[in-house]
Amino acid sequence: MAYHRSKQGRSLERRKLWGDPVLLITIVLLSLFLFLFILYPLLTLLLDSIRGEGKLGFEVYGRVLDLKRFRQAFSNTLVLGAISGFGSTLIGLLFAYVDIYVTLRRRAVSGLFRTVALLPVVSPPFVLSLSMILLFGRTGLISRSLLGMRHSNVYGLHGIAVVQILTFFPVCYLMLKGLLTNIDPSLEEAARDMGASRWKVFVTVTLPLLLPGLGNAFLVTFIEAVADFANPMLIGGSYDTLATTIYLQITGSYDGTGAAAMSVMLLGLTLVLFLIQKYALERKTVSTLTGKASRMRAGIQDRSVTVPLTILCSAVASFVILLYIMVPFGALFKLWGKNYSLSLQWFEYVFKYDGMNAFRDSFALSAIAAPLTALLSMIIAYLVVKRRFGMRPVIEFVSMLAMAVPGTVLGIGYIRAYANGLFGSAHWPAFQEGGSLHQIMPHGLLGSIYGSSLVLILVFIVRSLPVGTRSGISALRQIDKSIEEAAYDLGAQSGKVFRTITLPLIRQSFLSGLVTSFVRSITAISAVILLVTPQYVLITVRINEFAEKGYYGVACAYATILIGITYAAIFIMNWVLERMDNSSRSPRARARWRRRRGLEAL
Amino acid sequence: MSRQAVGLRLESISKIYKDPKTGKDFYAVNHVELEIAPGSFVTLLGPSGCGKTTILRMIGGFESPDEGEIYLGDEAINRLTPDRRDTAMVFQSYALFPHYNVFDNVAYGLKLRKVDKDEIRERVLKILELVELKGYEERMTNQLSGGQQQRVALARAIVVEPAVLLFDEPLSNLDAKLRVQMRTQIRRIQQELGITAVYVTHDQAEAMAISDQIILMKSGQIAQIGSPQEIYQKPQSEFVADFIGEASFLRGHYRGKDKLDISGIEIPVNATPGLESGQEATLLLRPEVIQLVDRGQGKLPAKVVYSCFMGAYHLYELDVEDQRIMATLSNPRLKKIYQVGDEVDVDYLVDEVHLMRQYAQ
Repeated sequence: MAYHRSKQGRSLERRKLWGDPVLLITIVLLSLFLFLFILYPLLTLLLDSIRGEGKLGFEVYGRVLDLKRFRQAFSNTLVLGAISGFGSTLIGLLFAYVDIYVTLRRRAVSGLFRTVALLPVVSPPFVLSLSMILLFGRTGLISRSLLGMRHSNVYGLHGIAVVQILTFFPVCYLMLKGLLTNIDPSLEEAARDMGASRWKVFVTVTLPLLLPGLGNAFLVTFIEAVADFANPMLIGGSYDTLATTIYLQITGSYDGTGAAAMSVMLLGLTLVLFLIQKYALERKTVSTLTGKASRMRAGIQDRSVTVPLTILCSAVASFVILLYIMVPFGALFKLWGKNYSLSLQWFEYVFKYDGMNAFRDSFALSAIAAPLTALLSMIIAYLVVKRRFGMRPVIEFVSMLAMAVPGTVLGIGYIRAYANGLFGSAHWPAFQEGGSLHQIMPHGLLGSIYGSSLVLILVFIVRSLPVGTRSGISALRQIDKSIEEAAYDLGAQSGKVFRTITLPLIRQSFLSGLVTSFVRSITAISAVILLVTPQYVLITVRINEFAEKGYYGVACAYATILIGITYAAIFIMNWVLERMDNSSRSPRARARWRRRRGLEAL
Repeated sequence: MSRQAVGLRLESISKIYKDPKTGKDFYAVNHVELEIAPGSFVTLLGPSGCGKTTILRMIGGFESPDEGEIYLGDEAINRLTPDRRDTAMVFQSYALFPHYNVFDNVAYGLKLRKVDKDEIRERVLKILELVELKGYEERMTNQLSGGQQQRVALARAIVVEPAVLLFDEPLSNLDAKLRVQMRTQIRRIQQELGITAVYVTHDQAEAMAISDQIILMKSGQIAQIGSPQEIYQKPQSEFVADFIGEASFLRGHYRGKDKLDISGIEIPVNATPGLESGQEATLLLRPEVIQLVDRGQGKLPAKVVYSCFMGAYHLYELDVEDQRIMATLSNPRLKKIYQVGDEVDVDYLVDEVHLMRQYAQ
């Protein structure tokens, strides 16, 4: 039921809020945080782009749009987004369909497909680009050594598209799997019963039911593809996208306002897609698939269906596995393309050079950011799900908004917003002639945020916040509202209720949020690459540097260790969750929950 | 427990919600006046959506009244958050803390009140004994049956010695047999502690069995307040009569003093103050007060339209001047059985029927 805005009721609610200082302070601090570190940087960019080099107007946009390079990047981005979105959705659908609808003769095979479909979810963003280059690049294992091609070119649209599809299809797989599970098998059986062939059933029943979900998956990957920075950077060659163009605009041309205008346009693009996805499609998806599946689905065992689908899935799966195997081998071979003898020289190089520092910094900063993110997202989730107050919809929207903000845009916003101190300046920081971003001298109120480790931690938090919040919200929705009311009723204030009741009840979600944000932080690159200073060396930035210079051996050594760290973190999480789980749940609940956790590990 | 019982007073309380379909505001609770005596057990009874749970949640502090004031004893409590109100609620879903064992669940409120450890232990064990859960302290709540969980919820609420105990349909998740046991137990414990209790239910039998006073509600307003006997025997409206127990109605015109005219046939009733001669009135006949006799020997001629043996009683449906009434005659073995189509007379004791003003429905 909706709440009325009667004077007394409203003033009493407000008074009760005031009577709960912990809650009130939390709301105020949270709003301040969200404003300062999400809204404010974006607003500065917007303001900058219309204020331009002096007076108000759209001159900067005119200037930027006049750049052929930019127009090209814009259309490139749209093309790339469409191709990647389409490809990911298709392959995601394939894997989800095989997982839910088809019974394969060997259970191990379906298990393998399931694992492969989840591998890329947690890997560093550019790992696949790296191995694509190793396989098909100028000195590629397949292109050069196997096929003897001298001028193979993996760089460009096709390279990025392949890599992005393989990176993003797991997201579609998980979304569509959830939807397919909820389709009542009787619907399809009814169609079969009336004489429709399997293909006819798929086209006339399954697909139409799935359509909003497919659209949803398409848009989500479209946004991811458009916002992706690392892959176009590594394997894009001369195919520039908006994210890379913005990066170059500021690191190459030192054009702050231009970059701001470009950022606003990129943000506008992702924001529109995000709003369509969130408010038009997400709701539709839920309403088309109302009922829960009433019964177990009898899997398709027809060889005419299973054989072709297995072949397709196997092809994709073996390609993904091949790509992953390439990374450690890339680090172990002496010289890719020339000398395929094993050696540890690249690992030695990593540690002799400043590898240890990179691991220390990346690890430490991510380890600081992760618990903060997890806690913050649980608090936001608690406020959004369990409390009602005026700011609630704003808090929910802004924390979800961060999902639609490309890392590059956030990075630019942070430079602009904090380099001269908070609210410090009306202009871009002065770039010295021939200088770099690193030489920006921070000053002003809180000027020390910029260039310090704090700004990196903040970026890590903001980038992971939406994922954690989403998982927290869905965990909290499972908890009966009256459990917290009971505690409240017995005399506990909000802070106490949250600590003694809410947090313990969502500890699994908290832990998975912790690890997810750790993994996301340690593998992040798009925003941090704009914000790192020489004092801090991050693994991802190093990988990018070495890969750009063509030192694939070193890049692979770094990447191998990074993959090791992320999978170790996830392994530890699963182990702890398993133990937590076993202590307090029935076997059925455990199985159900394990299935759900696959989603939360995102 | 040794504290003075406290009363509760609702002064013109309203809650306004927006109808999600039409978008229009409506009164979920409409200017309700209510006085609950200290130490009494009061039930809010009514069909779903009548506002009973909303009233309970306003007393607990989970909803804020849009109009009016709530007093606990002499203190106005509108502005207090639930944690500062001296009320404790037993929830429909029990709302036990799943990560605590029984002891910690019950001790939760005491710990918040900074009671010292030994006293907590003593009080929790005493309460667990009262609800017959001694020895279950270490169990996790998911290892308990529904009835046991219910009693933990009750123990958790009463251990903090609240001024008022609130019950939100606490027995609706139990099976029928357990429901009867539990309501007896709740009543016993409330009497032992002498605590004021407000109880929400939509089950009329439960309300009859447990309450000192029943507040019957309809569309956000109080339809009638009274003891179970008053509500059952002397309902003020057809709604009340119909909601509690089985009821048949005969509509007619009051002929002054002690006569009711039903389509030309005058039958005896008790003189009813407030009704004037010639006014429309409704006679409430509970099925069990009716006797059937041969034609000419009773008060009102009727025709049997349905006759069915039900074991403990015989069920009849009768046609009285085109109005239908039900009769249940107990001990059918000792009585004459009439068949469909038989012409009979209805007989009753004048003190067992009740004449009401007829309201436009």
